[in-house]
Amino acid sequence: MDFGSISPVLLLASLMVAATPLLLAATGELIVERSGVLNLGVEGMMITGAICGFATAVNTGSPLTGMAAAAGGGAALSLLFALLTQFALANQVASGLSLTLFGLGLSALMGQGYQGIKPPPFPEINIPLLSDLPFVGDILFSQDLMVYMGLLICGAVWVMLKYTRAGLILRAVGENHDAAHALGYNVVLIRVAAIMFGGACAGLGGAYISLIRVPQWTEGMTAGIGWIALALVVFASWKPGRVLLGAYLFGGVTVIQLNLQAAGVAIPVEYLAMSPYLITILVLVIMSADRSRAPGSLGRPFHASS
Amino acid sequence: MLKLEKRPQPSQVWIYLTPLIAVLATMLAGSALFAFLGKDPAVAIRTIFWDPLFSEFAFYYRPQLLVKGAPLVLIAIGLSLGFRAGIWNIGAEGQYIIGALTGAGVGLAFYPMEAWFVFPLMVIAGALGGWAWAMIPGLLKVKFGTNEILVSLMLVYVAEQLLASMSLGLMKNPEGMGFPGSRNLQHYESAHNAELFTGTGMHWGVVVAFLAVITAYVLLNRHILGYHIRLTGQAPRAARFAGVVPARMILFCLGTAGALAGLAGMFEVAGPAGQVSIDFNVGYGFTAIIVAFLGRLHPVGILLAGALMALTYIGGEIAQSQLGLPAAAIQLFQGMLLFFLLAIDVMTNYRLAWQRREVA
Repeated sequence: MDFGSISPVLLLASLMVAATPLLLAATGELIVERSGVLNLGVEGMMITGAICGFATAVNTGSPLTGMAAAAGGGAALSLLFALLTQFALANQVASGLSLTLFGLGLSALMGQGYQGIKPPPFPEINIPLLSDLPFVGDILFSQDLMVYMGLLICGAVWVMLKYTRAGLILRAVGENHDAAHALGYNVVLIRVAAIMFGGACAGLGGAYISLIRVPQWTEGMTAGIGWIALALVVFASWKPGRVLLGAYLFGGVTVIQLNLQAAGVAIPVEYLAMSPYLITILVLVIMSADRSRAPGSLGRPFHASS
Repeated sequence: MLKLEKRPQPSQVWIYLTPLIAVLATMLAGSALFAFLGKDPAVAIRTIFWDPLFSEFAFYYRPQLLVKGAPLVLIAIGLSLGFRAGIWNIGAEGQYIIGALTGAGVGLAFYPMEAWFVFPLMVIAGALGGWAWAMIPGLLKVKFGTNEILVSLMLVYVAEQLLASMSLGLMKNPEGMGFPGSRNLQHYESAHNAELFTGTGMHWGVVVAFLAVITAYVLLNRHILGYHIRLTGQAPRAARFAGVVPARMILFCLGTAGALAGLAGMFEVAGPAGQVSIDFNVGYGFTAIIVAFLGRLHPVGILLAGALMALTYIGGEIAQSQLGLPAAAIQLFQGMLLFFLLAIDVMTNYRLAWQRREVA
């Protein structure tokens, strides 16, 4: 065992990388849930985004086009969920599950022939001057574009929910869809838009894994990160600021766990690999004491006649 | 303008019609998918749905229907109880793995002793293992109100890691020349879940699956507990007035589902799979969710849906070897089925009606 081999700078820098897919997916799901819809298909949308982004990046040679394709792919898949839950009024839990099963199959099919290929490298951004700072420069200011993008989206969502009229309407739809409908807001349309935003974010998160974090394509490579993102929204009590905190917490757990594996700690690898999932459960238990924060209409179907 | 209008009563016709239309729609969409992949859709559909039952080599494939269908039906019956009561156990895959581990663990512990009681003990251990694994989300939900969907799912990943650890460590075959995986239980007579009649595919898991269907049918239609389960799902408040204790209901539904999934895992590992290995589980726990919904959460429906889903597994394998259809295409095919089912299900509770556009 050799703890000396773990460098704190590298640890913190890779923490931000590990947290980004979670941050993206959880921020998207936060918007979906604040609009009163529970989409359990995050895992399916992430893995679809991962392969859409990967295939596009490999074929066009441009990782940024890949990212755009990933967002598009995630949003397109989420549109299926929107059709099921908003127009066919299907059970949201079952629809979300079917989205995940469908997404896993779809991505495996699309990924045929992309195994073992290296995607084009993602440009790293070195912010001049700031990235030369000792310690913090390497951690905060020389990451790739998507790390900042994740932070930006999370911040924008926070501002949108807290300070804008659009945010107020979104929250009204989520808290009480009948009241929002009575006020003349188009509940279904707002929810469809929220679901698609969630899908696009999940797609970006997935592509971040396949294009930057790993970077290669393997079947089922998201390995439950979509589900952890769902748990993160509960952990965050549906607040963007806490999503950020939670994402870095889970990113930290993942990175420390990987570093311990590499350092050869006496705990078997399998038990270390379990830890993110076990900690998720632990966090869910702690947070479930406070249920008051959940949006009032979460998971309830809306039909204008009732 | 065409609008949805809520029916006063769920349509009895559509309850039965929905799964049939969903299967047909999936076949159509599947044909388009297969055509897109460059395979003749008619041949692909025939290979998947017809050849396993009626082709020249059907004598080989027909027993597989029982082998693949039994775990699906067994797990889906357990899940359906919870789904009816609004309790979402989606971690059956994990309970299946743990049941296989505990069941095989007991068997391996007795190796090489030959005795009549080894197999029954394994069955009990398998059921208990799955039950205990499902009790984790159950107790957490009852005690702390934790979301059972996420906890049960997280435990799937934990169980997969545990499986890897066991097949590489504790349960590894000491005479396996260093290969991962346990001793093959098929070569250990007292622990082997062998075919009851040679060449039929009928093993103890199939028997238990049929028993589970009958028991669930009686429970739901003739027993107060089954009535309470249905009541909890349709009117939770009314259920409480009727004296249903929600905590007990949660523990019963999750526990039963876990025990049945554990049994399915145990029968699989002691029979068709033979050994504990890293990837012995093939996602029956997730496919069973589709089976449960396709069977309309009704025991007899689940039996039929399980048979159909088993058919797609077998036909999928044939299509894979004969037509070069990728395995993922079959996975996608199964996922589509659930999509169409959920979409068409709207017709059970709503009907389409022409309405003149009016001011809202």
